[in-house]
Amino acid sequence: MKKEFIITIYSENHIGLLTRITIVFTRRKINIESLTVSESAIPGIFKFTIVVKSTEEQTIKVVSQIEKQVDVLKAFYHTNEEMIYQEIALYKVSTETLYDSDQIEKMVRNSGARILEITREYTVIEKTGHKEETQQLFEQLNKYKVMQFIRSGRVALTRDPIERLSEFLKERDAFLEQLD
Amino acid sequence: MLAFKTKSLVKTSDMTVKKVSGSQAVILSILEEGVDTIFGYPGGAIMPIYDALYDFDQNVKHILTRHEQGAVHAAEGYAKVTGKVGVCFATSGPGASNLITGIADAMLDSVPMVCITGQVTSPLLGTDAFQEVDVVGISMPVTKWNYQITTPEEIPEAIAQAFYIAQTGRPGPVLLDITKDAQFGELEFKYEKCRKIRSYVPESPINPEKIKEAAELINQAKKPMILCGQGIIISQAEEELKDFAEKAGIPVAWTLLGLSAFPTEHPLNVGMLGMHGNYGPNLLTNEADLIIAIGMRFDDRVTGKVSSYGEKAKFIHFEIDPAEINKIIKADVAVLGDAKKALKQLIPLINKNNHNTWIGEFRKCDNIENEKVIHKDLFPSKPGLTMGEVVRIASEKTNHDAILVTDVGQQQMIASRYFKFKNSRSNVTSGGLGTMGFGLPASMGAQLGAPNRTVVAMIGDGGFQMTIQELGTIVQNKLPVKIIILNNHFLGMVRQWQQLFFEKRYSFTELQNPDFIMIAKGFGMDGHKVDKREDLESGIQKMMDHKGPYLLEVTIEKEDNVFPMVPTGASVSDVILEP
Repeated sequence: MKKEFIITIYSENHIGLLTRITIVFTRRKINIESLTVSESAIPGIFKFTIVVKSTEEQTIKVVSQIEKQVDVLKAFYHTNEEMIYQEIALYKVSTETLYDSDQIEKMVRNSGARILEITREYTVIEKTGHKEETQQLFEQLNKYKVMQFIRSGRVALTRDPIERLSEFLKERDAFLEQLD
Repeated sequence: MLAFKTKSLVKTSDMTVKKVSGSQAVILSILEEGVDTIFGYPGGAIMPIYDALYDFDQNVKHILTRHEQGAVHAAEGYAKVTGKVGVCFATSGPGASNLITGIADAMLDSVPMVCITGQVTSPLLGTDAFQEVDVVGISMPVTKWNYQITTPEEIPEAIAQAFYIAQTGRPGPVLLDITKDAQFGELEFKYEKCRKIRSYVPESPINPEKIKEAAELINQAKKPMILCGQGIIISQAEEELKDFAEKAGIPVAWTLLGLSAFPTEHPLNVGMLGMHGNYGPNLLTNEADLIIAIGMRFDDRVTGKVSSYGEKAKFIHFEIDPAEINKIIKADVAVLGDAKKALKQLIPLINKNNHNTWIGEFRKCDNIENEKVIHKDLFPSKPGLTMGEVVRIASEKTNHDAILVTDVGQQQMIASRYFKFKNSRSNVTSGGLGTMGFGLPASMGAQLGAPNRTVVAMIGDGGFQMTIQELGTIVQNKLPVKIIILNNHFLGMVRQWQQLFFEKRYSFTELQNPDFIMIAKGFGMDGHKVDKREDLESGIQKMMDHKGPYLLEVTIEKEDNVFPMVPTGASVSDVILEP
């Protein structure tokens, strides 16, 4: 059965690696639902967070193909339940509508969103949450016409008490040392 | 120490550091890696490297092919017979893109290879410059690793990494793309071989627990079977395989790429697996209670229908590439790591045993196959010549000691079935990609890699015409390759499928061929044609006695087919012996 999986990849910061990783998905015709890349807590090591809808069996195979890439240190996969995750959404509405009705203000307050910037022409609202939540706010706000909308890729942390990456790096260093 | 002819080279007090150009650094680096042969084709963007190469003709041999595809397949042939890294040079643009088929071939067949391509100067990158192609992008899905070098300082380290990655773990092709300005620029040259990369584990250490579990299953098995793949050859585990099989008394079947790892005449050899493999190993895969796969990846041409493959068996999978474990077949015991090291640990835990009744079942199958297929192939009584009899005689005339190079199609299957082997690393073929046109260029690489051995290339009339230009390279370099064209005037394997599965609708498979012997002679190569059975043996003898390269064309019966056959999508036990 297909469901959402979060694939987390730790890698060296090498040009072209993003393509190598996405090729693993495109070759199997798996659509990437969301993708975020940034430097991890360890300098020089980059972290990819990729959301896909797939079967667990397929996801396991994809993860091992990703890990096979020379510049990839380690890849994990998790279900949504195993991770704490968020996406950020920005909404631009006209400032006039904000004055015309108190509805927008209520929506912002009730959904735990916040206002980032107000100008004469527009107001930018920010909300973090799961996709369903940011989507729900979009639908509410759009009754008053959202001028622009953007949602980020997912960022996610495991519920695991230990930081897997540092554990992993310790093991890897020990392994590399015995190669000498 | 290498002799420098170029005056600009400054020898400092520290002999390991010299000021050199990027292009000289390329040559110096590959010499540090022990490269003795390069296959390549020059052009604009790689000219500085070729200029540097000009000074090193005493240190390294460069083979100028007639097409970059020729260079890359030759490098594969060289790598397959030597176990060393095959090296290719090509220019940017079309030079680089012409390498792609061979790189893909090397990727699927785990061939260690380093391809170095020239690239337009770095300010021109991404401007659609003359002969600019994004070869790093194009080659990404078919390389183990690739990298673009834009500054001279990167060259030694990148080359060291390339060679390390290409030949460690599961080998594969690596491409380095070097911009022209990086080739022209200067650097302080110091070379250090790469010994590790943080993000790359070439092979896992053997887990003794897994070895124990494997040994238990093996010691209990009543109908075990070994599947020998190319991993045995790559890890040089031929002796260990033999010791293991003999001690446990287990029959050994092999994949197309595992061919020659186990001597043909060994009493435990039960033949080839897969679509055109032998009857016994296919049929009995579904009778075995234990399948011990070593260094093979359960290609669909081996397994047929996966859901009913080895349906009564447990699986032990010895494999170096973690991504192959459970990819196709779920392993009951997976032993990650190098095959040689794993087998060494396994052998002491194995009980001495024999499985003579079980092996007897294979021999019964052999008798059936012999009667229905093999005898007719090897000793035909009908007038038309068969591929099988040509292969049989070629093998005999070389005392079963030659290197066999095949192209792709019927001749490949027939040659793999009937050529006999005493020594490992004696079979060069395009397995995973099935690249027609592979045979002729690969044969020259094989001959360069094994100059003292006889190289016999079996090529169909279709595949031969895909890379026919390499006859020129063979003649120019005086490579004594013995080329046999098995000419049935058809794209034979496609025609066979059309006959069997498409109601004999021979859609675009008939060839009007040129006079191959005249072409060979035009290139300066001797040869002759055989049409009749009575001339076959003497014709092959004449070719073998000839000093230097030789082309023998043999006219084959048009509807000579390859059997047995596991039809696509069928189970291995549904293997058919005749149409």
